[in-house]
Amino acid sequence: MSREVMEYDVVIVGGGPSGLSTAIKLKQLNPDINVCLLEKASEIGAHILSGNVFETRALDELLPNWKDLNPPIKTKVSKEKFLFLGKTKKISWPTWLLPKVQQNHNNYIISLANLCRWLAEQAENLGVEIFPGFPASEVLYNEDGSVKGVATQDMGLDKEGNKKDSYEPGMELHAKVTVFAEGCRGHLGKELIKKFDLDKGKDPQQYGIGFKEIWELKEENHDEGLVMHTAGWPLDNNTYGGSFVYHAENKQIFLGYVIGLDYKNPHLSPFDEFQKFKTHPAIRSILEGGKRISYGARALIEGGFQSLPKMFMPGALLVGCDAGTLNMPKIKGSHTAMKSGMIAAETIIDHIKSSKELSYYEEKFKKSWVYKELYEARNVKPSFSWGLILGIIFTGIDQILFKGRLPFTLKHKHADHETLKPASEMPKIDYPKPDNVITFDKTSSVYLTGTNHAENQPVHLQLKDKDLPIKYTLGKYDEPAQRYCPVGVYEIQKENDVEKFVINSQNCIHCKTCDIKEPSQNITWVTPEGGGGPKYGNM
Amino acid sequence: MKILVAVKRVIDYNVQIRVKEDGSGVVTDNVKMSTNPPDDNAIEEAVKIKEAGKASEIIAVTVGEEKAQETVRKALAVGADRGIHVKVDSILEPLAVSKILKKIVEKENPDLVFMGKQAIDDDCNQTGQMLAAHLNWPQATFASKIEVKENSLKVTREVDEGLETIEVNTPAIVTCDLRLNEPRYASLPNIMKAKKKPIEQINASDLGVDTNPRIEHIKIEEPPKRKAGIKVASVEELVQKLKNEAKVI
Repeated sequence: MSREVMEYDVVIVGGGPSGLSTAIKLKQLNPDINVCLLEKASEIGAHILSGNVFETRALDELLPNWKDLNPPIKTKVSKEKFLFLGKTKKISWPTWLLPKVQQNHNNYIISLANLCRWLAEQAENLGVEIFPGFPASEVLYNEDGSVKGVATQDMGLDKEGNKKDSYEPGMELHAKVTVFAEGCRGHLGKELIKKFDLDKGKDPQQYGIGFKEIWELKEENHDEGLVMHTAGWPLDNNTYGGSFVYHAENKQIFLGYVIGLDYKNPHLSPFDEFQKFKTHPAIRSILEGGKRISYGARALIEGGFQSLPKMFMPGALLVGCDAGTLNMPKIKGSHTAMKSGMIAAETIIDHIKSSKELSYYEEKFKKSWVYKELYEARNVKPSFSWGLILGIIFTGIDQILFKGRLPFTLKHKHADHETLKPASEMPKIDYPKPDNVITFDKTSSVYLTGTNHAENQPVHLQLKDKDLPIKYTLGKYDEPAQRYCPVGVYEIQKENDVEKFVINSQNCIHCKTCDIKEPSQNITWVTPEGGGGPKYGNM
Repeated sequence: MKILVAVKRVIDYNVQIRVKEDGSGVVTDNVKMSTNPPDDNAIEEAVKIKEAGKASEIIAVTVGEEKAQETVRKALAVGADRGIHVKVDSILEPLAVSKILKKIVEKENPDLVFMGKQAIDDDCNQTGQMLAAHLNWPQATFASKIEVKENSLKVTREVDEGLETIEVNTPAIVTCDLRLNEPRYASLPNIMKAKKKPIEQINASDLGVDTNPRIEHIKIEEPPKRKAGIKVASVEELVQKLKNEAKVI
């Protein structure tokens, strides 16, 4: 059955900050250009999860009058704290001694999901056609190998891939330029980086997994505008990570934890580390009497400058974290993602009008403030491969004394899937049982994400070798998928003494951690049927 | 034959409902909203009847705030021909909705009115029945199978005892059960086409319907949390506990 075809000037894959900024900028520069934006979530924002302390620099450039447009950007950062946590103790680090990149006055505490909903309204007002619930599942190529566009997912297939009564074939969207804005570890972006060898000569990309919960606090524990970060406990000196606690409006806090996916111990469970973190006296005292109202998780980019691939290829561009523009020491990627999208839009306008090469995107990008930011931030993350303490000392020297201008660049040596040590060589970790007040299990957490995938559809978490988990990964690494997945999609079940690897794909929240961390790269995340996945509100 | 289908915008069924702290309602800000699931079945059935050549036009109607239009737009994307949006910003009760629908029926003269058997937000299960009363039309509720005949419908109903088959003369009201059919997906080309289909906007006040609520909400609260279960060691202990603690035997 042949698919219907629609022609656009520009097709954008993904409705996050980078994709929406690309769309808005395109229409600002040329109102007559046809722009179509596809989003896999059931609505814009439903798959967006971020801290988020927002730097408005890119938004100031994109929509200078944003303050007049009733944006969901209300809570200005008023106070900052940085704590080093020991098991029960804490040391408060003076804010003036923090590197400039970690100071947040002038920034706002926002929900990125809500910002995206608002950006989508601005884009639609400018005439961008936005289609939520339609994942781009496939890249289409021209005969000369250049990107022709994308195809949307077929709907109404059963588990075996047979057509159900409700079958609807996907559609081909052809474009002069296709922009990939899928966010961290986009599954089409991953294919393109490989196909066009975009990461040639670059360090392997580095990732983290970020958890976020929204809590409604008791009035006396809430301090609107306060931004707090912690490092240290419960992670050991060799595991990269830390927490954020942002006091937003309406007595809410955005509480989260980020752990580098280069961790070595296969027994480590990022989810349980996060839960354990909340039991620290300094954190528990904030949460007591409060109520958890949201939960979610998403992988994020940590590789920065050294791992940034080439961002252009024939017929297409990568923007935002589909390439990897997050600034790790700043713990911010929204402003850089937006700016990369805006530069992409300027490039596309020139490309369509006067056939200027798409490689011009990278030239412009290199001249922008994003590139300068990423360059200056480049040595922070790799220095933490020496451990937390040396990492902090080095970062102090690098960021405070030299402002990121040391005359050398540290390398990321390994991809995250290569860092696990065999389970037998690493200590087991005993995590406390959840108390269902401060700490929770995965089952009650996944419930808060609102995630669902229509039953009886092909499993969207594909195994290259379906015997590998039991035959190899279980023995060598105690199958870490049971632990790194933040919602318990992967389970080892025993039936009549035979072990079975079970994939509860309907629980998936599209964080992409399995696709990144699986030691043999045996799991591939592909798009499920449109509209599936989490339904985040104010994440 | 003309079919009018009523659709309602509700909080998506996957979303965990959160009660507002002051007990005045549930949180809807930035919460994913969708068409009430059995309303999707109602639309699907109407489209199937039209595809079978037994209906000439499908009109989708919704009552509610500006954004309620999204549900009409979705109905248009799966096969409705045109839409009506009756704009009301205040809280709506089934009585007011049924009075508004009566006005729309009088204006459009459909042969059939379809809607979901109940909405998943308030679970009232009243609007269809009230509309039937207002119009003095026959009603077939909880329909799990519909057969269109000359001047009548044969409807199988999901009732407590099992299935009940009735025949109603048209014009009639049918409220649809989830078992009636499997709603189709809106395809991308059809969503694009739906953007061009007309939606007529009417203000409820122009219809002369009093939409003021008749029910006063005193407080809305979450159901009490279920206590964790316990394991008993023996049947004797279980019987003991059922007798002495639970006092059910």
